[in-house]
Amino acid sequence: MKKNFKESIIEALGNSSLTGALGNFSVAYRVSRAKAYEGIDFEALRNQIVTIKSSAASHFDELAEKFAQAAEAKGAKVFRTDNPQAVTDYILNLAKERGVKNIVKSKSMATEELHLNKHLEKAGFEVRETDLGEWIIQLAGQTPSHMVMPAIHMTKEDVAEVFSEKVEEGQAADISKLVKFARGKMRPKFLEAQMGISGGNIAVAETGSIVLVTNEGNARLVTTLPNIHVAVIGLEKLIENFKDIAPILTALPRSATGQLLTSYVSIISGPTPNTDGTPKELHIVLMDNRRNEMSHDPQFKQALQCIRCASCLNVCPVFRLVGGHVFGKVYTGGIGTILTAWFDALKESDDIQALCIQCGNCKDVCPGKIDIPALILELRRRLAVEQGLPLIQKAIFAVVNNRRLFHTMLRAAPIGQFPFAKGRFIRHLPMFLSGLTDGRSLPLISADPFRDRIKKIKQPKCKEKAAFYGGCLIDFAYPEMGEAIVKVLNKAGIEVIFPEGQTCCGAPARYSGAYEVAAQNGVDNIKALLDEDVKYVVSACPTCTVALKEDFIHHLTAVGRTEELPEAHRLSEKSVDFSTLAYRLIEQGRLKFKKGVEPTKFTYHDSCHFKRTLHADKFPREMMKQAGHELIEMDEADMCCGMGGSYTIKQPEISAPILERKLVNIEKTGAPLLVIDCPGCMMQIGGGLHSRNSDVKVRLTAQMLADCLE
Amino acid sequence: MNAILESSELVESFKACAEAVSAQVERVANKEAALDLVVRLLQQEGVNDQPHSGAVWAASPMVSPTDQVILEKTVPGLKFAVTRELAADAKVGISQMDFALAATGSLVQYATEVDKRLVSTLPSTHIALVATGALLPDLPSVISRLDAHNTAYLSFITGPSRTADIERVLTIGAHGPERLVIILVDNLEVAR
Repeated sequence: MKKNFKESIIEALGNSSLTGALGNFSVAYRVSRAKAYEGIDFEALRNQIVTIKSSAASHFDELAEKFAQAAEAKGAKVFRTDNPQAVTDYILNLAKERGVKNIVKSKSMATEELHLNKHLEKAGFEVRETDLGEWIIQLAGQTPSHMVMPAIHMTKEDVAEVFSEKVEEGQAADISKLVKFARGKMRPKFLEAQMGISGGNIAVAETGSIVLVTNEGNARLVTTLPNIHVAVIGLEKLIENFKDIAPILTALPRSATGQLLTSYVSIISGPTPNTDGTPKELHIVLMDNRRNEMSHDPQFKQALQCIRCASCLNVCPVFRLVGGHVFGKVYTGGIGTILTAWFDALKESDDIQALCIQCGNCKDVCPGKIDIPALILELRRRLAVEQGLPLIQKAIFAVVNNRRLFHTMLRAAPIGQFPFAKGRFIRHLPMFLSGLTDGRSLPLISADPFRDRIKKIKQPKCKEKAAFYGGCLIDFAYPEMGEAIVKVLNKAGIEVIFPEGQTCCGAPARYSGAYEVAAQNGVDNIKALLDEDVKYVVSACPTCTVALKEDFIHHLTAVGRTEELPEAHRLSEKSVDFSTLAYRLIEQGRLKFKKGVEPTKFTYHDSCHFKRTLHADKFPREMMKQAGHELIEMDEADMCCGMGGSYTIKQPEISAPILERKLVNIEKTGAPLLVIDCPGCMMQIGGGLHSRNSDVKVRLTAQMLADCLE
Repeated sequence: MNAILESSELVESFKACAEAVSAQVERVANKEAALDLVVRLLQQEGVNDQPHSGAVWAASPMVSPTDQVILEKTVPGLKFAVTRELAADAKVGISQMDFALAATGSLVQYATEVDKRLVSTLPSTHIALVATGALLPDLPSVISRLDAHNTAYLSFITGPSRTADIERVLTIGAHGPERLVIILVDNLEVAR
């Protein structure tokens, strides 16, 4: 990681007006988005959008040709190029030839890609951004920090200062006055401009139409008052049919700002009359800038389904802490990381891809159904292939891939950690490891791992058998969780075995882009877990369960080890997370709740993979309620706790405030008990609560069930 | 009976959605009542023939040439011959819309003629007339009726202009109108 990148993160984290504004917005956004989508089947809607956009991305050349024909038949000029410089030259030449002096612009991310303003200003044209947020950052000499709200990082005081300094002295920090001031100053600019430049939210091939979605009314003025209109549109905005505007327009304002529709939508199909009676000169630039190449990449093609709503930014636990500027100059947040890697260069995404904590929030809300976390992992993998892994990671993976060595080292840990231990936690580590224990205690590595303990448990002989996949945390840090699971499954008549050959699930390698390592982890585990004939392979770690069910297959496919796939699929079918299995066993009547369990108030934290990949979030809540306990939901129950596997080690400055917010939300419920389904979250949240001397107890669902089943 | 019930549901939904985005919604029985209301609104706004006090009305099917003459006489400062300069100087713009959408409180207009856009972008108040019979349920129902092949500019208007670009605080009135008055006119022929 570059030093100045780390500095920019720390600076952003220390900017309280930024984190305050983004934090408040992220809370309000959740509510307004949900309200805007009331009565709408979001899954059906986004499936419609996926169909429209992915089909368009399969036929860019064809659609661009069709669009050009339709628009030109109406009298527009269409310029198509794969060279961004050619776009700038085209606009510069046009402006020069027509004797243009003043240009007004409405918001266009495509022109940000070109840094068009800089080029136009250098050539002597006066260029005005007219969207209020864009104008503010243009005056301040900054770049947009958010696709929809470019100046969200600035306070009204900042804006008043910029206006006073650059436009007219004496502006007060009063939002409605600042807006009026901008309206007054911009009006003559609209009226005098000879050229208007806009972007386009949708381009329709069938009719040669461009669709502009705005709130301020500036795009209507930009496309009405100047005699020349230039629209710069990325190829990914193309759709085939006019009727397909409807689903996109249904989703875009709802996802972007929680509006049912923006104040204005303009659909322009060919030149309109100017106020002097002449027909408007309409130029439409269809810009490629690697979009076509992207459409031929089997992994990244789906990123072209983006409708630029920026909801991935609004729900991101990291974005709301660091804001947009650490991401770079044009596109920000989750989708921005991907677009930067393509439209700029892969290496430009090297630092920013590491900001992703892989919680999956963005994937759930994306109207284009883009698997943003998976694409960011794919960037990480390609970067690792291109640049190699850092030495320290190589050393770690050499150990992880050697099961015996890995386990020997973990077994040796209890001795080494002794001087720093307090009770069952490590509170302060020395030197460069100290970041790990900032605001969070770490669990002790148990001297008596689960793999040893299970041998001492007397289990009934049962017909049905389950293989238990411990994962590093339950095996070595929380062996008592494994014991609880054995106890519950025994009650249902299932005997639990612990295949000794099991090893790391491969997540650390996967999340570092080292797929060869992850694939080897998969092969070792498949062999170990399928060695004995069992009905289930059970895990209580969501990340591990996802590895067993999905990732082994994915890694083996990615590295071309297809001969191993049938066994990987066999393992996938047998694999289940503990709570889902327990819920099924209760439904089947094989597990029954005790009568007279002391009712307790509890709150529940949704672990990222548990909710968003395994979709098991209802089961633990339901089982706890059936047991007689009372659920008090916390705010943002499904927001990441900041653990993110090794994220907490790689980005401790970001992980810590995410945890802090989670702890506050837990404590606000007043519940004395937190129930979770992930030993990683247990380590992060349990450690955080311990470090705050909190009285809230943390238990896995499995541990709670062990006490309240017959 | 069903049709009437349905249309009253559409009106209710339209009104609620439009008001939720800060538009003012009125409903009148016929064209005459609509023109009377516009005149009253213009008088309330203090429209007159002094600078910065005028009103511009884009040609609309419901207003006949005779009506135009009478209206211009009744309200000094009101002009039907819309120019860029008049619109930029006017307080109020008036136009007729082609559809209204119940689900979002939106107005939809075939707006290729530039005067239709001038009167709804430049003045600070926009009065929009629309036939109650032109109410449609939602966005898909209007998209399927619009003819982009023969209309160079289609406008959707949902409430007055707004911005939340400073600290996410919603401010009504950005570069377009800060006030939108919608008059639903019953018993009016629906043009297209």
